[in-house]
Amino acid sequence: MELVRQDGNSVTQSSKPAAVSVRGLTVSYGESPVVFSVDADLPLGQMTAIVGPNGAGKSTFLKAVLSIVKRLSGSVEVFGLPFEAARSKVAYVPQRASVDWDFPTRVIDVVMMGLYAELGLLGRMTGAHKLRARACLDRVGMADFAERQIGQLSGGQQQRVFLARALAQNADLFVLDEPFAGVDAATEKAIVSVLKSLRDEGRTIVAVHHDLSTVPEYFDHVLLLNRRKISEGSIADAFTQSALQEAYGGKLGAAQAPIADRA
Amino acid sequence: MMGVEFVQLSLVPMAIGVLAAIACALPGNFLVLRKQALIGDAISHVVLPGIVVAFLVTGTISTWPMMIGAAGAALVAVGLIEAIRRLGRIEPGAAMGVTFTAMFAAGVLVLEQSDTSAVHLDVEHALFGNLESLIWLSADGWSSLADPGALAEIPSELPRIGIVAVLIASLVWVFWRPLAISTFDEGYAASIGVPVSLLGLGVVVAAAIAAVAAFDAVGSIIVIAMFICPPAAARLMTNRLGIQVAWSLGFAAISAILGYVLAGYGPLWFGLDNSVSAAGMIATVSGLLLAFACLFAPHRRA
Repeated sequence: MELVRQDGNSVTQSSKPAAVSVRGLTVSYGESPVVFSVDADLPLGQMTAIVGPNGAGKSTFLKAVLSIVKRLSGSVEVFGLPFEAARSKVAYVPQRASVDWDFPTRVIDVVMMGLYAELGLLGRMTGAHKLRARACLDRVGMADFAERQIGQLSGGQQQRVFLARALAQNADLFVLDEPFAGVDAATEKAIVSVLKSLRDEGRTIVAVHHDLSTVPEYFDHVLLLNRRKISEGSIADAFTQSALQEAYGGKLGAAQAPIADRA
Repeated sequence: MMGVEFVQLSLVPMAIGVLAAIACALPGNFLVLRKQALIGDAISHVVLPGIVVAFLVTGTISTWPMMIGAAGAALVAVGLIEAIRRLGRIEPGAAMGVTFTAMFAAGVLVLEQSDTSAVHLDVEHALFGNLESLIWLSADGWSSLADPGALAEIPSELPRIGIVAVLIASLVWVFWRPLAISTFDEGYAASIGVPVSLLGLGVVVAAAIAAVAAFDAVGSIIVIAMFICPPAAARLMTNRLGIQVAWSLGFAAISAILGYVLAGYGPLWFGLDNSVSAAGMIATVSGLLLAFACLFAPHRRA
């Protein structure tokens, strides 16, 4: 089922174009590599989950793809181009916990950060820009919070604001780091529905995801990581009991038993 | 007070105080928000040995040797911190604290041993500056501000700190957007192509330039206070970055003017004979403003 795109054309595994192509990616913070020699082809117009235990290098993998951390070796292509050339088509949603929410700024100011690539240093912010920022807030259900200080928001609301900032970039690839960590159920539902609607517009979603039980429900494609690539492919092919056992080892509790093998 | 005597004796020190306070408070906003407030403290300590050595080498106190000396001292400090951290296996915070205070102390010792009697450079000057002595005797009233002959005689500290204040303000204005984005969310900023390391370095370098330019006139006490007190007080007044920066400039200017006036006239009001150090009073006023902000400002955190 995941091999049929929105336009109804069947896409075979071999010709499926990749939004993100990674070859031999290795990243190291100290002596031992955090991500080791990973190859991956994250398909265009699909939702990919990056799954693995804590400390498996999932966030680092994303940051290396986005050139935020330095690659020790390996190559990354986004839409067939080096990342730097494709940067304007990519929107990144970092982990919510990575910033100080006491920062003196309003919700709408955060969303307008997403317009920086367009505005540059001194470009004038027009009424049209402001309308667009508000429309992005509206899309995540946060329009009523535009003037609020960001510290007054709940975790779920903060996550929606981060997503709205990414929407303002009008990107073709959305890269999210644990978008559902510490958010309420209503927010999780809202974010999934926005991500699916983005996919249905032909955009590509890549997200680090923790909750194994929702992977088959939310995503089309999966990359199982534990420093090395454990498996990659459609949910049916790659999200298997044996692959999960290999990724998580003994840490895979019964509560997190996957549903994929049913597929 | 507002006549000829004011222009001759008080106008220039006040203007220098205000400009120095503003030049330090501007980068101070970003240092405080980046949780790097102590870097301001560190910079103002490291600057002293650099300036002393630059003086010993060149024999004059002028801008470029001072800047180069301070930059050299900063490099030595970074090297020492790394060495202490690695060789002694000491945590970075402690390594920094030891390095900066030791370098400042070394600067004081060298200063005491060297013959600096020909210039305004001694230990007291290093701490408190010489704001009160920066008088403009060739002025004969407000009209002198339009008189090229009199303006040429104005203490050189004023144009120096003026240029630095304008330079830093222009840089903050031009780089406002990337500065705000990278201060709030560095990872995101990097993903959209903001050169985050370069900007972070730029903030520290701007702070260092402000510190060196302000140091000669107002001493290290004001520099330390102005990096932190006005931005910290301003943060409690508002929840928007632009308004915070505006408040911090207001607080910086109020501290400088009120501090200068209180230092000159305050002790007389209390029946004491002598005035007190303007630099010390300016720093004290900025601290009091911060205390008031902590108690009464609208956006204190719970």
